[in-house]
Amino acid sequence: MAKKKFVVACFDDEDVLFPAVKKVRTAGYKIQDVYTPFPVHGLDHALGMRETSLHTAGFIYGITGTTTAISCISWIFTKDWPLNIGGKPHFALPAWIPIMFELTVLFAAVGMVLTFCYLCQLAPFVKKHHFHLRATDDLFVMAIECTDKTNVDDLKSFLSNNGAVETDVQIAEEGWWFGRYDNDEIPFQKSQIVAA
Amino acid sequence: MHLKYESQLREPLVSGNKNYHQVTEDIVGPIEAKPTKLWYIGFYIAVALLMFGVYSVYREVTYGIGQWNLNKTIGWGWDITNFVWWVGIGHAGTLISAILLLFRQGWRTGVNRAAEAMTIFAVMCAGQFPIFHMGRVWMAFFVLPYPNSRGPLWVNFNSPLLWDVFAISTYFTVSLLFWYSGLIPDFATVRDRAKTKLRKRLYGTAAFGWTGSTKHWQRHESLSLVLAGLSTPLVLSVHTIVSFDFATSVIPGWHTTIFPPYFVAGAIFSGFAMVQSLMIIVRKVFNLQDYVTLGHIEAMNKVIVLTGSIVGIAYLTELFMGWYSQNKYEGYTFWYSRAYLFSPYGWSYWGMMACNVLSPQIFWSRKMRRNLFVTFFMSVIVNIGMWFERFVIIVTSLYRDYLPSSWSVYYSPSTYEIGFYLGTFGLFFTCFFLFAKYFPTIAIAEIKYVLKTTGDNYKEDMSKVEKMKVDEFVHEYAH
Repeated sequence: MAKKKFVVACFDDEDVLFPAVKKVRTAGYKIQDVYTPFPVHGLDHALGMRETSLHTAGFIYGITGTTTAISCISWIFTKDWPLNIGGKPHFALPAWIPIMFELTVLFAAVGMVLTFCYLCQLAPFVKKHHFHLRATDDLFVMAIECTDKTNVDDLKSFLSNNGAVETDVQIAEEGWWFGRYDNDEIPFQKSQIVAA
Repeated sequence: MHLKYESQLREPLVSGNKNYHQVTEDIVGPIEAKPTKLWYIGFYIAVALLMFGVYSVYREVTYGIGQWNLNKTIGWGWDITNFVWWVGIGHAGTLISAILLLFRQGWRTGVNRAAEAMTIFAVMCAGQFPIFHMGRVWMAFFVLPYPNSRGPLWVNFNSPLLWDVFAISTYFTVSLLFWYSGLIPDFATVRDRAKTKLRKRLYGTAAFGWTGSTKHWQRHESLSLVLAGLSTPLVLSVHTIVSFDFATSVIPGWHTTIFPPYFVAGAIFSGFAMVQSLMIIVRKVFNLQDYVTLGHIEAMNKVIVLTGSIVGIAYLTELFMGWYSQNKYEGYTFWYSRAYLFSPYGWSYWGMMACNVLSPQIFWSRKMRRNLFVTFFMSVIVNIGMWFERFVIIVTSLYRDYLPSSWSVYYSPSTYEIGFYLGTFGLFFTCFFLFAKYFPTIAIAEIKYVLKTTGDNYKEDMSKVEKMKVDEFVHEYAH
């Protein structure tokens, strides 16, 4: 895990945030991320993110479910144990449609949620750096990664001029670690300090 | 400039001039406060009911199904009635969160979280009935298709009862995932405001480390939309399959093609009634009248009068077919066992008619739709009516067989049969009390998302836009 230096700017209105994002990007700064209390439509495009492919994954999980259902049931009822149910055909496709449908939905939903959690690195006991606690309340928090050449003071005043209500500099871990929210310790950092 | 505009004719969905922070305060505030005395009283009553249910189930498991008054022809009685009743109630949540999301009904945001919770708890209650109805409940896992040492002897994939196993378990799983994925960002809001260690720890765990990153929101939106798309046919399929339990049999009164749409409409009907009963109390107790407005209540009452009338048409169609088919067994079931007031169970049919078809017609009046007392009263009436409906379908079709010699004696439930039903009420309300106290009962992020379109102060700001001439508007907003 790498520690990085970020300039953090907080905005209190999404209508101020959008032009600011545009200006920060044209000025050549690299926006690490913008943390918002609710999904702000169009912000992903403004940040130059590509569309998510999560729904494609969902489709693949869905057809996996359909295939699982039809292959299992047909194997069971035609090969493994062909039950005679009132002399009806062993391969009774119409009667299997409900289960095929249910498994399609089940596989797609479970698969998508797991994929979502994996991609966003969400799980119980996972902890991440939060640039501002009000990012889940009423602030739109923009974190800009600093390089060696970044003039922090210039950047801060640039952000304030563009409507940021609060700016500061934070040194933060990029990734996640196992941790509890009532405990500020970062396990692997402690060992680093000891080694130093 | 980002223009958010909704017609002034539409009522604001969030009243009280809120801003983002106030939304958080209003919804998270009750979670952070200490539980009130009233909450404890309600919670203990629920737990007591649950305990009685546990005891009733203990009797049933220890001494067998004979603890219930099921008899020779009435093999399904209160248990399956209650099962269908609870499953039906469990349909409103996913309907509100999925179908209304796809239909872009803004008012869903105020009630979807609680309705989804209600769905999950109702399905949990529903599941108990077929499981314990099996008698030897320790064999319940036999319903799952797994390679076993009995042949392997598989389950019957052509049977609607097995479809039900798949439908209900899928419905439960998908509803739970949908609900929880929506809860993650809101738990993060609670976590970041938490003052005590315990809260930080618990909500920190529950929030899965959510940060509110734009990329995560983008994926979250995609996930919600696809889950909504998947849940929409799922909601319809589940009660359709429940109706197949009856419709694919050859019992007069059950063997009808009208069942799937009729059951689905009935499920939505009872589900919305339950949402009304719960939300009218929740909005009052937690002071959420600004988020669940009279407009929300009215919208749900409109759904109730619509689905109630669909159900009414279905009842009449059944009666017509009972005569038109000229099948004497069908005619006997529909015109004697059900519609004749003085037949043994005629009271239940007319109770159903009064509660489900006649009384909801009151909601054609706008004044009644917006009257909280009437709404609450009617929501209870509707759920009583829907319980009668399932009782009518099951018992009046079963109590007289084709052969008069096997007609059963009058069926009325035993103490433990009623106890089991009361126990599921206990389970439901225990869960719901905990939910209402410790979970954000209203989807915070979703309210914030619609706030600037439909909050009353933002709508007022828009009235000057509405008065602009086209040229002025273009000058102001088109770049």
